[in-house]
Amino acid sequence: MNRFVMNKLNKDYLRSFFLGSRTSYGLIFTVILYMLLIAIGFVYLYPLLFMLVTSMKSGSDLLNPMVQWVPTELYTGNYVKAFRVLNFPTTLTSSIIVSVVPSVIQAMVCSVVGYGLARYRFFGKNLIFALILATFIIPAQNTIIPQMLTYRSLGLLGNIFSLILPAMMGQGLKSAIFILIFYQTFQSLPKVLEEAARLDGASDLKIFISIALPAAIPAFIISFIFSTVWYWNETYLTVVFLEGGMQTLPMQLSKFVQAYENLYPAGVVNIFDRLNEAVKLSGTFLNILPLLLMYFILQKWFVESIERSGITGE
Amino acid sequence: MNLQKAFRGRQLKHGQREALYGYSFVLIWIIGFALFTILPLVQTFSYSLNRVTVSATGINLDFVKWDNYSRAIFTDPRFVELIIEYVIETLVSVPIVIIFSMIIAMLLNLKFKFKGVFRTIFFLPVVITSGPVIQELTSQGATSVPGIANSVAIAEFLSQLPSYLRNPIEYLLASFILILWFSGVQILIYLSSLQKIDKSIYEAASIDGASAWESFWKITLPSLSTTTLIIAVYTIIALSHFSENKVVKYIYSQTYAVEGGIGYSSAISFIYFIVLILLLAVIYMLLNSQAKKKYA
Repeated sequence: MNRFVMNKLNKDYLRSFFLGSRTSYGLIFTVILYMLLIAIGFVYLYPLLFMLVTSMKSGSDLLNPMVQWVPTELYTGNYVKAFRVLNFPTTLTSSIIVSVVPSVIQAMVCSVVGYGLARYRFFGKNLIFALILATFIIPAQNTIIPQMLTYRSLGLLGNIFSLILPAMMGQGLKSAIFILIFYQTFQSLPKVLEEAARLDGASDLKIFISIALPAAIPAFIISFIFSTVWYWNETYLTVVFLEGGMQTLPMQLSKFVQAYENLYPAGVVNIFDRLNEAVKLSGTFLNILPLLLMYFILQKWFVESIERSGITGE
Repeated sequence: MNLQKAFRGRQLKHGQREALYGYSFVLIWIIGFALFTILPLVQTFSYSLNRVTVSATGINLDFVKWDNYSRAIFTDPRFVELIIEYVIETLVSVPIVIIFSMIIAMLLNLKFKFKGVFRTIFFLPVVITSGPVIQELTSQGATSVPGIANSVAIAEFLSQLPSYLRNPIEYLLASFILILWFSGVQILIYLSSLQKIDKSIYEAASIDGASAWESFWKITLPSLSTTTLIIAVYTIIALSHFSENKVVKYIYSQTYAVEGGIGYSSAISFIYFIVLILLLAVIYMLLNSQAKKKYA
């Protein structure tokens, strides 16, 4: 009798251990889950790993078919070259300016617009929503040339103002998304505090600045982070508006070959200093390094952002 | 403050007052929309009806009616080809992005250790997908699935297929990782709407004897249908605005080309815009009818 119970318990235990129960997944499922996650994760990271490994290869490693994933030495010469070709300190500074300044302005303006849409009832609101979505859909090519010509006649081409001006008016890069983020945030905040302040005689502007804005700080951080990333990675607008003036990292990367030839003329340098894929990929890695650092530091904000702001669009 | 006093003096009704404040918050956007979206859009359209030459003093317009459009559609073989490629590639990519982001979001919705690490990995591409970076990676062959894209058997198999089937598959193999990289934001959107589904529905279903498989089809998928629509639209727009998009690159190159010029590039960017809207409309109708069916 006793042995029978033991046996049954054991069986149940084994069963739940492998196949799972109501409270845990079971070994088989867990193994499959991790295998899937690792496989997909590897596919995701493959280009990055490839880039990192190749950028460490010296000239002889590149030619050696035996060396694929593990370079024979940690060769940093490619990075030294890429650093010089990209003109790293200068382009990094202008990249930071070009991405941070419009982002701050964009977040502020979008918060104002989002608040107006979330808190006030007025005629034509749905039309404004439709137009906001339209700005998200209209491709940049359809509006960029007249803007470029206008900036040219104003002498603003190559100047950061050509990016700041649209951002100041809520027409920056993907402004629609940020307006919607702020709209959702303000909608989800309780109105009680604001109404109480209104009864106490506070003006609408004062209510917005001293009550609504502090409560929307998470939305500010999210908007700032995302718009910084998007401005950083933007090349279409920056090439058209800033070419000849400020040089951002991605802009410099897109003419890497030319810049390399200028620094290391093909006829002059020896064969190991010719442009190869290792140097190019070092340049690419230097290009994304600042964003990677930012991502790992602010990781929590990136991944929790959309859950927090509740952007699912309903 | 003074403004408010003035309004009080005039005894505005509550509704009017509210509307007035509403407009004043939104005003800056309306001005911006007129200046930076509508005005340039109209100007671009007028350029597209002209031959535009830019000189040091200004721009000269030479009215040619619809010539630029007819040239794009009837005499420029490259453009039509690119548009068709773009439509096919988008239609191939969107389902893949949707399916993968849904799978990954459902995996991340489970409870397991090191969830943060995997979440970080799956969201990483959002940070690094810029045009020149993708271009470098693609040109080094780092965006195709290792081992599959170069295998002889697959090349052999592909050569048997007619070209309308071969091109999408080749595109898929060559830029599979790239397509996946476009699903970062989508994963987050799916994840947040998965977390909004009431857990008790699943419990009720399992008590009634539904398997996990059944509850996926009967509960999870219908609850995600609106989200799927949003994700499809977002994905199409993200792919179409990407600066490495072939059509976008072609439009850019035509702007500065001698035989193209601003007039021609404006015309093709309008055609591109119309194609984009048609694509969105088709996807919207497809998914919206699906969504309604599931709720019914």
